[in-house]
Order: sequence, then C-alpha cells, then structure tokens
Amino acid sequence: MNDAPLLVFEDVHKVFRSGGVLSARRVAAVDGISLHLKRDVGVFAIAGQSGSGKTTLARLLLRLERPSQGRILLDGQPLTGAGALGTMAFRRMVQPIFQNPFEAFSLHIPVDSYLFRTAINLGVAAPGAAAERVVDTALRQVGMSRDRVAGKYVHQFSGGELQRIAIARALIPRPRLIVADEPVSMLDASLRMTIVNLFLEIRRASDVAFIYITHDLSTAYYLADQIAIMHRGRIIERGDPKQVLTAPADAYTRSLIDAIPKIGERWPELGDASCGWRPAGECEIGLSARDPLDRGGNR
Amino acid sequence: MRGSMRLATGLCIIAVFALLAFVLPWFAPDDPRLWQTVPRNRPPSAVHLLGTTNLGQDTFWLLTWAIRNSLTLGLCVAFVATLIGVTIGLLAGYRGGATDRALSFVIDSFLCLPALPVLILLASLLGGNTSLALIGVVLVLFNWPFPARQIRAVALSMREREFIHVAWFSGDSALRIIAVQIFPYLRPWAAANFVNTVLVVIAIETSLAVIGLSSAQQATLGMMIYWAVKYQALLAGRWWWIGPPVVAIIALFIGLFLVGSGLELRRSAAAGQLTG
Amino acid sequence: MIALDAVRAGYPTPSGFVAAVDGLSLTLGDHEILGVAGESGCGKSTLIKLIYGEFGDRTPLRLVGGSISARFVDPVTGAATELTGEQLRSHWWDLVSYIPQGSMSALNPVMRIGVQFVDALPARRRGADVRAEVAAFIAGFDLDAHVLRAYPHQLSGGMRQRVLVAMAAFVNPRVILADEPTTALDVVVQQRILMLLRRVQRWQRNSVVLVSHDLGVHYQIADRLAVLYAGKLVELGPTDAVCAQPLHPYTRGLIEAIPRLGDDRPRGGIDGRPPDLAAPPPGCRFHPRCPEAREVCRTDEPAFAEKAPGRFASCHFR
Repeated sequence: MNDAPLLVFEDVHKVFRSGGVLSARRVAAVDGISLHLKRDVGVFAIAGQSGSGKTTLARLLLRLERPSQGRILLDGQPLTGAGALGTMAFRRMVQPIFQNPFEAFSLHIPVDSYLFRTAINLGVAAPGAAAERVVDTALRQVGMSRDRVAGKYVHQFSGGELQRIAIARALIPRPRLIVADEPVSMLDASLRMTIVNLFLEIRRASDVAFIYITHDLSTAYYLADQIAIMHRGRIIERGDPKQVLTAPADAYTRSLIDAIPKIGERWPELGDASCGWRPAGECEIGLSARDPLDRGGNR
Repeated sequence: MRGSMRLATGLCIIAVFALLAFVLPWFAPDDPRLWQTVPRNRPPSAVHLLGTTNLGQDTFWLLTWAIRNSLTLGLCVAFVATLIGVTIGLLAGYRGGATDRALSFVIDSFLCLPALPVLILLASLLGGNTSLALIGVVLVLFNWPFPARQIRAVALSMREREFIHVAWFSGDSALRIIAVQIFPYLRPWAAANFVNTVLVVIAIETSLAVIGLSSAQQATLGMMIYWAVKYQALLAGRWWWIGPPVVAIIALFIGLFLVGSGLELRRSAAAGQLTG
Repeated sequence: MIALDAVRAGYPTPSGFVAAVDGLSLTLGDHEILGVAGESGCGKSTLIKLIYGEFGDRTPLRLVGGSISARFVDPVTGAATELTGEQLRSHWWDLVSYIPQGSMSALNPVMRIGVQFVDALPARRRGADVRAEVAAFIAGFDLDAHVLRAYPHQLSGGMRQRVLVAMAAFVNPRVILADEPTTALDVVVQQRILMLLRRVQRWQRNSVVLVSHDLGVHYQIADRLAVLYAGKLVELGPTDAVCAQPLHPYTRGLIEAIPRLGDDRPRGGIDGRPPDLAAPPPGCRFHPRCPEAREVCRTDEPAFAEKAPGRFASCHFR
C-alpha cells in the first residue's frame, strides 16, 4: 500500500487585497495552513465561523484560487505551479459539492445531463448504454434512480434530492477527494441527517476522502473522523472530534461549544454575560453584571 | 400577463410592417422611385391610396419600399452588431484577466465615439455617394459595443455561479460551458439588445436622411421625409406625402419597443416562477 | 394578547387559492416568548404577517376563514384596547415591532444608523430630544453613541443585529416579532443576541414571537413552543415539556434529527419532503412521512386538541 499522504498543505497562505485598486489593505484569508492527510482519512471536517477562511480553503483545494504562498499537494503532485496536475487528471481526482443545491445546476438544462457529461468527459464510460448504466448506478448509490431524474429540471426537485444528485455526480469519476462546502446548511433540519448519513454510508463503502467544510460543530461531531477548527485563517485545534469537541484544549473552541444552543442544556445565567473568550479587534464589550436594561422607574 | 399582451401587440405591429415591407413591394406596378410615372400632387384616392408626391411618385408604393429598406437596414445591422457584441462580450466576461482588460478598452473606446457626427462627416466627405451598405457597415461598428458591454457584465456575474463550476468539474471545455451553460441566460439580453439596435439604426439613418446625407438613390423612410421637406409638402398642405413616413416611423418604434418590453416582462415573470 | 381562531389564510395563485395556514388556532399570552418552529413551507412567515395585520385587500395575503383579535393592556395605565386583526396594522412600530433576519438587507446601506433609527419611529415619537433618548437607550445594548453616526457596513454583523433589536424595543412595544433573527450569525454572536432578546422581553414585560427553524434556539429562550407543519399547528406546549416528551411524531422526528455533542447514537432525518400546499395529502398532512401512520391517518384529519394540561397536539394516537 502506498503510504504517501493524500493531501498536503505546505504553509499555505492566501491574501486578498481589499478596498480599491490603489488600496494597500490586505486580508489574509488563509494565514499559514500546514496539513498532512493520509489516504484513509475518511471525513476530515474543517469547522469555523464566517470569516475563518474555511471557504477560501475549499476554493484553494478546488483550484478556484491560487495560493499566495506555499503549496498544496495532492497525491504528491502540486495543484498549481510547476509540475501541476493536468486539468483532466485533477477533475478525476477532486470533485466538489456546493452549499446551495438549487444553484448546482442550470435552470435551463435537465439535471441528468450533468451526470452524463461527467461520465463521458472524464472517461468513465462511452456515450450510450454504458453511460446510462454508470449514471443509474451513481443515482442508486444516493437513493435515487434514473427514472426519477430523467429529463427533469432543477425546479422539479427538492433541496435534499438535488443535493443527492450532486453527490451522485461527484462520485461518478471515483475521485480521491470530495470537497463538500457546507453541503447541508441550506437544507431543512429534517432532511439534513438523511444527507449526512449518506455521506457516512459512502465513506464506509468506498475509499473516497471527504473534506467537509461546516460551521455546525454538532454535525461535524457526528460525521467526521478528524476535525480542524479554523479561526482567522489558521487552524487552532485539530484532532478526533470526539475529543476536541467534548474536551477542547483551546479557549476559542471552548467558547464556540458553549455557545451552541443545545436541547436539554440551558446556557448558564441567561441574562448575565461574561463569555470566557473575547474576539480581538471587535467592538463587542461583554455585557456588565449589573443589568444595563434596568432603568427602574416608570417604564 | 402584461408582458404577453405587450409582446403580442408589438408583434402584431411588426407583422403589419413586415407585410408592408417584404410582401407588398413585389406588387408595386413600377419602381416607385422613378420620377414622373404618375400625375403629381394628387391627394389620396382609390387609385393612389396615399396620393402622389411632387415628383410624380405614388406615395403608397414608395412607402412600402421605404419601409422595406429601413427595416432591412435595421435588421441586418442589428444582427451583425449583436453577433459581434455578444461574442466579444462573452470572451471578455468569461475569460477575464488580460483578455478582459484589452477587450474592455476596445469596447469603451468605441462607446465614446458619437455615431451621428462621424456619419455626417463621412457622408460629407463622400459627397453624396454614400450607399446604404456603407452606412450599414459604419453603424455596425458603432453599435456592437452596447451588447458587448451588457453581455460582458452578465457573463462576469455568471462566472462564479456554482453550476458553472459543476459544469467545469464535469469535464466540459470553456467553449462548451459558454455555449451550453451561459448562453441560455444571455438570450434575453441578446434579444433585448437586438430589438434596441434595430430601433437605433433606423433612427440614425433617418436622422442622416432628413438632413440629406443618406443615400439619395435608395428610398428609406428618412429619405421620404427629406424629399417631402425639400419640396415643402407641409407648407403646401400635402400631408399625404410627409405624414405617412413620420407615422410609419413612430408606429415602427412603438412596435419594436413593445416587443422588447414584452420580452423583458415575460422573461422576468418566467424567472420568478422558476426560482421561487 | 393576540388570539388566532381557526384561521385560514393564503395567497391567490393562477392555479387557485393556496392556503399557507389552515385552521390555525393560537393564543399569544401577555408576558411570554412564544417560539414558532417549522421548516420550509410550514407557514411561519404567513403567521408573522397575520399577527401584525399584513393581510387584506392591498396585500397578496388573504384571510378567508377564522378571525384574529387582540387585546392590549397598557402597562402604565392599565387601560385595555381591543383590536381586530386588520386594525393591528395601524399600530405598526407602536404596539407591534419586528426584528428581521439578514441585517445587511434590513438596514439601508446608504443611510446612517441614527437616521434610520429615528426614521422608523412613528411621528409622535420623533420629538426634539429623540436622538439623545436613542443614544441613551442603545447604551444599554452595548452600543456606543458613535454607532448612530456609522453606516451599516461599518458595523459587525452582531452589532447590526443589536441595532435592530434596539430599534424594535425602543418604542416599548407589546409584541416583538423576531423572524429568524440569528440565522445568519455566528454561534457566539447568536448566543449574545438571543440572551439580549430574552432580557429585553423580561424587562419590558411584553411578548416575543420568535420564529426559528432551530429547535435548540427555542429551547434556550422560548417559554412555549409551537410547531408548524404544512400550514397546520401540530404541537403546542411549554418548551421543556415539548422537547423532553414530544407528543407529535413530527416534533419527535425533528428533535431526533439534531446531532448532539457527546452523543454517539445514530440519528436519522425524516423521509420524504413537505407537501405541496396547493394539493396537501388527505387526512393528517404528515401521514406520508410518519413512521406511525395507520389507516385512519389517511382519511381523518386529527383535531388539534389538549392532550394534557397546557399541551396540545394533532395526532390520533396521543
């Protein structure tokens, strides 16, 4: 068995220039990420709040952005720069699943056409009966079928169904890596677990690795084999979610966990407010111990 | 509903014009441009539906030829200009980067040039030898930047939409993505620009003609007005000579506007239904 | 305070009238936070509109059955005002105010915060010292006076949401409608906003209708919880009781669909999808997706009845 790592981040930075053309303001969306992911990593969750850099990381992985500094290596080959993976080879190895299922397909094209194109273009099957079989198999893997999908357009499906079709499409070339960017955050709660369980099933049945980007720590706990917590472009904590999310080492992680509204456990002292961790640079002062809304008198 | 009403009304008007322009001219007894083929300055009658001009031409048949030429010019120029504009706009918007910067520079430069003054200059230099074909070519040059700009904006906004990425990861080439994924979203814009350009072209040619700088040999609506004004039809009370071309232009514009507006209303209604 | 009685309301569409809520009976008490939970298409936005009176001839929403009435007691004078549902609209930003979702689109990006704040007030509140009053008021929300001079994009998401809460609370309303107020926010900011909302409600002794698809949010601050499905109320009761022992299979499914930190048991979603309100299933609307459905569920619609003191549900088997 090849022991080389599947995915390596070598001190990756991504800096955006904000403001106008003449502005010198720089935002480091990804500020020095180094990772080694082994072949059998399973589901690797990258969890963070908005602005943490997790979406930029996903875009770097999908080659929608180039790193300002550092390299990303997939199966030992760099994604960008000298000796980079060719386009076709890259598409066979990495596939995306996006957040908004209704945006994943054009309104004007039948949805199954994307699956056929994937099968034919990426060399999985010849056009015709072979492609039909491949598409049908992929759809059955996600609990749908060719008949249910044939000739239909985006508006004829629910969000959950569209996401399943998107997953089926991503599986067709049997990629090494599927990058899922918040794939269930736009779905209703009752449908979410169906898709999450689907990810689990696929992970068990095949050796596809998932990079699962999310802001929802509870889902990450349930689904991920490993988790990395991102904040301001850096990974501040990493490990087995069963440990990181129940006994975090970092105060930021702790504050995130404490802030989750859980059923069965009320936030202590609703109404008093010292949260242990304060985000630097934000104009948010902790609410004082004395009730500032207490005016007394005739209100 | 209102969109369909407008579209239907507009199309009816255009259909009438199409009939006048492309069917009827074949039935004209002679070339209506020839002078002195019929008695001069007759008011409308059964024989001459719109009377006759000071130059001895039948106004009605002259009008049909004029409509045909104006409309043909408009349609041809609009077709070529929209084709060029859409292609360049797509290239600029989708490729981005250096290609976009270079093409945007070209587009913006052409946009700044004023069409009518340049045409006047050209016509003056050629001293009355301007042909409709030449005017057409120049108008194409002046009109392709408008659709280009608009299509570029739409293509730019479409570039980051998720299904474009999905199509790319499905192995489609850039060309295929442009043609299959992006183009259906551009159709309404291209159509709107097309209708608009027809309008603009007829307007400019008419302006040129009315000041006597268009092709004197061809009959266009503008030329009819020019000759009528030159022979003081209005002062002499011969409304049947100057009236019809003016009314025709106004009616044609209304028809084109209704078609464009109706298309747009229908498009936004359909989009509203599809997305939610 | 506000009572909805067997309300049927919806929107005329080209293919007929679609009832977004049907046979809804609900009472909002005087001092409580009522949580409204449900997913897409359940009717929660329509419910909000009905409560603040945004229905009738000049709006798309039509009330075609049942009635809405309101009774407000002035906390200072003790005087009672009785109103019908339609009349509520004229008390917008007076007796009833609103906290929307998505603060970037709720605030005008080209107007300063202070200007928008005062602009939203009814004319009689815009006295000479109103700006000083506003500055003093927002201090209690941890917002400096400089916030009033700022533009929305200069504030963080959390600050903007606090501004919206302050705007809604400033007029001392009897009802605050909060429509997914924290959905787009980070989890720590969400916690602060929810705590703030609770404290505002306790301090002003009014009622809040909190709409959220997140049951965890309801558990934290809602006193009572109403669960909507396909335009119908399927469960209503004190939040603790509903979450600990849900009566309706849909509520139970929703609760079980939420993964919890530290809980390693397998979880599942609810199969199928919410029905098309233009042609809802006969009998109980949830029966196609219900694991306990039986013959009677396909034919008879269960009544929304009190199954235990203070606990309501519409199910044949509870």
